[in-house]
Amino acid sequence: MAATLPAAPAPRWKARALVLAVGALVVASFVSLDLRWSDFLSRDALARMAAFAASFFPPQASPAFLRSTFGAALETLAMSLLGSLLAAVGGLVLALPASLQEAGAGLPRRAARGVLNVLRAVPELVWASLLLIAAGLGPFPGTLALALHTTGVLGRLFAETIENAPPGPAFALRLRGIGRVRVFLYATLPQIAPQLVSYTLYRWENNVRAAAVLGVVGAGGLGQQLSYHLGLFHTRESCTVLLAMIVVVCVVDALSYFVRSRAQA
Amino acid sequence: MNQEAQAGPAPVAGAAPAAVAAAAAAVHLRGLHAAAAPNARQVVLHGIDLELAPGEQVAVIGASGSGKTTLLQALGCAIAPRQGELRLFGVDPWTLSSAARQRLRGRLCLVPQVPPLPPRQRVVTAVLAGRLPSQTLWQSLRTLWHPREADVAHRALAALDLADALWLRVDRLSGGERQRVGLARALVSEAALWLIDEPLSALDPVRSEMAVATLTEAARAAGRTLVCSLHQVDVARRRFARIVGLRAGRVVYDGPSAGLDDARVRELYGADDPALPAAEALRAAAAALEQAPEVLCR
Amino acid sequence: MPLKAPLPAGPAAARAYAAAPAAGRDPALLRRWTLLLGLAVLLWPLLVLTEFKPWQLLDERSLRSTGRFLAQFVPPRADAEFLGLLARETWRTVAIATAGLALAWVIAVPLAIGASARLSVSAIASRMGAPQAALRQLLRWTAVLLRSVPELVWALLFVRVVGLGPTAGVLAIGIAYGGMLGKVYSEILESADELLSYTVYRWECAIRSSVVLGFVGAGGLGQQLDNAAKMFAGAEVSSILLVFIALVALSDRLSAALRRGLD
Repeated sequence: MAATLPAAPAPRWKARALVLAVGALVVASFVSLDLRWSDFLSRDALARMAAFAASFFPPQASPAFLRSTFGAALETLAMSLLGSLLAAVGGLVLALPASLQEAGAGLPRRAARGVLNVLRAVPELVWASLLLIAAGLGPFPGTLALALHTTGVLGRLFAETIENAPPGPAFALRLRGIGRVRVFLYATLPQIAPQLVSYTLYRWENNVRAAAVLGVVGAGGLGQQLSYHLGLFHTRESCTVLLAMIVVVCVVDALSYFVRSRAQA
Repeated sequence: MNQEAQAGPAPVAGAAPAAVAAAAAAVHLRGLHAAAAPNARQVVLHGIDLELAPGEQVAVIGASGSGKTTLLQALGCAIAPRQGELRLFGVDPWTLSSAARQRLRGRLCLVPQVPPLPPRQRVVTAVLAGRLPSQTLWQSLRTLWHPREADVAHRALAALDLADALWLRVDRLSGGERQRVGLARALVSEAALWLIDEPLSALDPVRSEMAVATLTEAARAAGRTLVCSLHQVDVARRRFARIVGLRAGRVVYDGPSAGLDDARVRELYGADDPALPAAEALRAAAAALEQAPEVLCR
Repeated sequence: MPLKAPLPAGPAAARAYAAAPAAGRDPALLRRWTLLLGLAVLLWPLLVLTEFKPWQLLDERSLRSTGRFLAQFVPPRADAEFLGLLARETWRTVAIATAGLALAWVIAVPLAIGASARLSVSAIASRMGAPQAALRQLLRWTAVLLRSVPELVWALLFVRVVGLGPTAGVLAIGIAYGGMLGKVYSEILESADELLSYTVYRWECAIRSSVVLGFVGAGGLGQQLDNAAKMFAGAEVSSILLVFIALVALSDRLSAALRRGLD
């Protein structure tokens, strides 16, 4: 797929300049940060790290703790699923104006795209820390944070999908004087529905990982457990929580794959 | 050469020819010039004059590129004319507000040659989409969940020999079956003016006869005005009382189908071989399948 | 002009309709109701588990504190000292992301080469021995593990080991992104252009990660934001958010330009 001809001299200078600039950036980064590699790589440090790692095993497996971890896992799972569902709805609502292509539609289109860009740019954790102010601690602000950020992501993907859908069916219905919403429901949505579902499921896979860590700022679920136990150096409990995170992520990945393969049929 | 629009057998019961005056005309075109797309340089129609009484049925014939599709699109308010008069039901659609024009469009039904059906949609929903202009939002939403008027769609499909396809997905149908689904959409629509573009291009001769018979019977029974472009000149002669012949964007024949002899047909298609229209039909069908609707209407 | 009776009514059509089997029930209806019911049954526990109470946002106390907080957003804090701090921390964020990605690259390339069957010596010798295949699987699973654990968790762990500060952030990004890059590199090893393009895209992601890692003490804008939010300092939060959005937009543009320049 890449061109097989050698680059011409002029672009070569450009490429060289780019490489030099990137190299300079990398060097500057390492130098300016106070990384204290010796602290990290000295024999003492390595021995401490080995001891630290060893203290994680065996993971805490008492029934009571497993029950509480399971509860936290369910909370994380629920946060990710509800957040993704809310975002699918919100994203679709914003994608409709954001995908307008007619001449007189400048303002709604730009406004919708602007909102989607802001929602996308701010990471879930930042949203969560802001929403904690309004909603207190717990999984609710975490769910909302996921929903807000993912609305931005899905809204943009949905708008692109709508714009790229074959225009024939929608055009034929517009020609009968039918309003835009019904044209969308009868002509565009049937064509793009599988793609929308696919995008939503991909984001769910991403969101369950995000939900797991949102707890670190107090949004509940496994993240809150991890932060709590690590803070008290309960490494065995932390190990169990980490394993639970990996299990939840695998479960969601599998479910997502299953639903996606059924939807494509 | 134009002739004053004289309908053959009066399609509207009880109406004397004299009553079919310009003021009540379903379609009134005078000196119409139109291009194939809003920003196209080339004008395709040059000075079309046409009068249709309500309930009249007209077949439009002509070679590829003669402007049949553009004429139907101009009648369907898909393209604004560059020049000339266009009045539908006594109203010039392009002087109306956007909203009023959309309401007027609800009374028209343009069926393109390539059926504009979403592949994953079920036939019943695709057909009932024809009834959207006369439905409320709530009724439309209900139909998506559970089509209450499935019977209506079923009857239209049965008349086109597609009764079994009611619950199937559009992408499971052949090209000819999809074309008939497009026709069924017109049948169930409550539009007063039907504009059908090459409805027989993917159908075999037997089904072609049946489809045209169904179309014309239904239009007659319901008092619809029907304009149908065809390559099958023999079908046009048999089934339509009035034929309009286009050549290079101009009307060269407008009169009873009985008056259209082979010499005239050859003139229209610009060759000596009377079998040419069939070849034309094949070529036009192939070309149309590759076209995408370029026109955006407001 | 009658607009009723839209259906074909001639004798042939009537015969056709009479001969056709009845329209019958909609076969999809039962499936749809079942699906809807299933979703409703699923939704209830979701709402309960997530303590989904949107009206909480509208209760008086919450509204007042939110209102006060939001009111402080305008004007954002822009005194010279704070802006100087922000500039330093922005550079810090970028530096952590860049150093982290450089480390990720160092991890990913050997990982990808090792896990990729194409470039292995044994493949060249046209015989893949069991121990080599096992090693390959192990390397693949290592990449998966590195990738599956969120970088925030890595950061939490490293903070325990190396203390607060940028080292934890650089290590966390290095390891997590090493796994990501390793997987993708092993898939696109043949095309150098795509390799660089993907790396640049990941650098942009690393910047966002770097901000997030600040929340657990790795420094940079994230840490400032966390501090400001905890102290309800609305003007500072708004300032930091603006800088952050600008940073993301800028790195987005830069990344797109770099990728265009590499083509």
